[in-house]
Amino acid sequence: MSHIQRFPTTAKACSVNPLKMSQPLGGALAFLGIDNCLPLFHGSQGCTAFGLVLLVRHFREAIPLQTTAMDQVATILGGYENLEEAIRNIDERMKPALIGVCTTGVTETKGEDMAGAYATFRQRNPKLDPLNLVFVNTPDFAGGFEDGFAAAVTGIVETLAQPVPLTVKGQVNILAGCHLTPGDVEELREIVESFGLNPIILPDLSLSMCGRQPTDFAPTSLGGTTIEQIKAMGASEITLAIGEHMRVAAAALELKTDVPTAFFDRLTGLEASDRFIRTLSEISGRPVPARLRRQRESLVDGMLDGHFFFSRKRIAVALEPDLLYAVTGFLNDMGADVVAAVSPTQAPVLEKIRARTVLVGDHSDVEALASGADLIVSNSHGRQGAARLGVPLHRMGLPMFDRLGAGLTVNVGYRGTRETLFAIGNRFLAAEMDHDAHGHDHTDGDEHHHQDGGCGGGSCGCSAG
Amino acid sequence: MLQDKVQEVFNEPGCAKNQAKSEKERKKGCTKALKPGAAAGGCAYDGAMIALQPIADVAHLVHGPIACLGNSWDNRGSKSSGPQTYRMGFTTDLSELDVIHGGEKKLFKAIKEIITQYDPPAVFVYLTCVPSMIGDDVEAVCKHASRKFGKPVIPINAPGFVGSKNLGNKLAGEALLEHVIGTEEPEVSTDTDVCIIGEYNLAGELWQIKPLFDEIGIRLLSCISGDARYHEVARAHRARLTMVVCSQALVNVGRKMEERWGIPYFEGSFYGVSDMSDTLRTMTRMLVERGAKKELIDRAEGVIAREESRVWRRLEPYRARFDGKRVLLFTGGVKSWSMVTALETAGLTIVGTSTKKSTKEDKERIKKAKGKEFHMWDDLKPRDIYKMLRDSEADIMLSGGRSQFISLKAKVPWLDINQERHHAYAGYDGIVALCEEIDKTLSSPIWRQVRLPAPWE
Repeated sequence: MSHIQRFPTTAKACSVNPLKMSQPLGGALAFLGIDNCLPLFHGSQGCTAFGLVLLVRHFREAIPLQTTAMDQVATILGGYENLEEAIRNIDERMKPALIGVCTTGVTETKGEDMAGAYATFRQRNPKLDPLNLVFVNTPDFAGGFEDGFAAAVTGIVETLAQPVPLTVKGQVNILAGCHLTPGDVEELREIVESFGLNPIILPDLSLSMCGRQPTDFAPTSLGGTTIEQIKAMGASEITLAIGEHMRVAAAALELKTDVPTAFFDRLTGLEASDRFIRTLSEISGRPVPARLRRQRESLVDGMLDGHFFFSRKRIAVALEPDLLYAVTGFLNDMGADVVAAVSPTQAPVLEKIRARTVLVGDHSDVEALASGADLIVSNSHGRQGAARLGVPLHRMGLPMFDRLGAGLTVNVGYRGTRETLFAIGNRFLAAEMDHDAHGHDHTDGDEHHHQDGGCGGGSCGCSAG
Repeated sequence: MLQDKVQEVFNEPGCAKNQAKSEKERKKGCTKALKPGAAAGGCAYDGAMIALQPIADVAHLVHGPIACLGNSWDNRGSKSSGPQTYRMGFTTDLSELDVIHGGEKKLFKAIKEIITQYDPPAVFVYLTCVPSMIGDDVEAVCKHASRKFGKPVIPINAPGFVGSKNLGNKLAGEALLEHVIGTEEPEVSTDTDVCIIGEYNLAGELWQIKPLFDEIGIRLLSCISGDARYHEVARAHRARLTMVVCSQALVNVGRKMEERWGIPYFEGSFYGVSDMSDTLRTMTRMLVERGAKKELIDRAEGVIAREESRVWRRLEPYRARFDGKRVLLFTGGVKSWSMVTALETAGLTIVGTSTKKSTKEDKERIKKAKGKEFHMWDDLKPRDIYKMLRDSEADIMLSGGRSQFISLKAKVPWLDINQERHHAYAGYDGIVALCEEIDKTLSSPIWRQVRLPAPWE
């Protein structure tokens, strides 16, 4: 997974407090957005256990994830037998609609031939023909979380999507990148449906990772895109690909089904949302619903009320590439100064990021770059560095194990942008009010600049009355 | 050779479970063959990390691709009273090119960077699957780095694919015996110096015990590895006595310390009132046998009498509230089992337990204590537990974090009694804390609400 774009990578041999997570983990998350699916890691059982714990802690949900449990001997002699046994065991015990196999560092170092394994499996197990299988290569030692997610979505499209001779009016595909939370996906569905359109979202985490209350205990994913829906994607009018890392999957889908694609690199921000809404209006031929019009108005109002607190604020952001782009883009839109944008991996979208420093690095790099910053935006792993610097941390991305509802925050569309604006803006506002209350001051030698009691200029929001 | 080490660990004479097996069975090892597609749990590397990461001032460097550390760092509840270095994540983050060219040079550079920038008293290097496959000679690199930088750089050879978490615990223990324990001498020695093995100070549990030790006059020379410092571990061999907690995991360390330095060991637990008292009694008795002053025993008895009467008094209010409440235990072996007596004295009824990780002796013990009607499940599927809870065959489930949703999704109270828990349950105060937590969740007003049918049902 090497990209032509090369952004400076830290020259360190030792990654300290890594921001990066592995490819198979991203792959697993994509598979969890498919209904009645079981992701399977082809590797040693630890590979699965770590990923499982991370996702459990983030989503606070049971996470179905299995392992081919490779030991030393199987690793050296070849893992096909373990793979076959695992698939057969899973089929027998859980009857999933789909098993999504992700390779790991162990099996990729050995160089397991996954295409060959797929063919052999099908040949040897004709009885399991109805079971859908998607095999993806996701070596731990290349790329990262987002690449794994993209690889899995591409794998699903390539294996399961098919050309359909007719087009269903009003049906649209949405390829939802991993920078979207289940809450974001839910918001997208509501927006798209409000235009009378019928979306097929791949993968659909809003149905599986949104806090389900099952009537029975399911060992596989509960809810998500169904296999039938994936097969029907060829009949859609258009594919809306959300996020730069969905481009390959979108191209694969277009190649297979001839459904044209519209790209949206981000959906957080006024202009970004406008473009999306305009497109939906054009596709559906319907006017923009009143609810969305009100939401836009309220976002504009929020920007007016909130811009005081964002202007020239120095913010360091460290997130997966597409989320990094969306968040830094939004912060730039608000007039903030993005002092550092740190990505765990190389990605084409980094080219578009506007920041003083764009770097492929880890949390220790963020710590070095964010000294003196007003805010760090990153996942929960940023907490140690932020605490050392005394800079507040606004949590976004994954993992977020020290907050409730990590999977359900909404950052897209007019409403989501407004939520993000308020959440971040309130941190600055609170810091400012706190500052005033304690009688401290921002500038040296001008100790009493708020002393006359009026927080002049309206920048504190308290001169509004 | 790693293989020899693994065999040696499998042969552990200190492990009751191993000794009950025939020679042939022993050779096969204590890990059940993992079933592909139906396995759960961590790998050997995970186990090694669990056992050693609590050493707070050491830099723990993981030599492998990003998955091994990137997906797992900063996820354990082990507390430190001082240095926070152990909470940082260090990894060589091996890339494609490293896999092709070998990762030894990168590892050496990484060690150098860590020592230059963070200056820890020692660096522990954890070997994972990928560098083992490509043949990185980690031991040689560590040796070289150690000489070059004048600092201990310790190889921990427990790549994930050699086996389970439990095996990794033991291999980590072997690494300590080989490279750390006995390499330094304490400044002062007393005849009440003890070493505790297998206590990780989760949620600060060691701190619930330590004041009792101080009061009795027992000096905690070294704890492996909760809230430990490197130098303390290196001096552990001067202890007069070793206590092995959570027996199956690190019993090899206790036994070998006895073999090498003549330090007697015993297996004990800090969970539950009677186990806690037993531990204090055994500890002081053994110390006195080795030459400590007799008053130690009297002081221990004084503390036990006072703490026990205090704890029963504090548990009293729960008795009425817990009357008739049924607990389902879904967890491993001895550790949780020793809480049971205390829970029962507080008025709870234990209806059953899983015995997947328990030894034969554990099971016998349970059978003896609970009678034949008591449920023991060897291989209970999540679905079955879910059904039992749904059919209200228990009022609360106590288990590890991973199985929490079985209970919560059945809308039945649940409490974490495993690794990731946020509350400390050790010692006399711990058992009261546990009852308080159980009471809090049992009496939460949400249970009635969440079970209400929706307006459209």
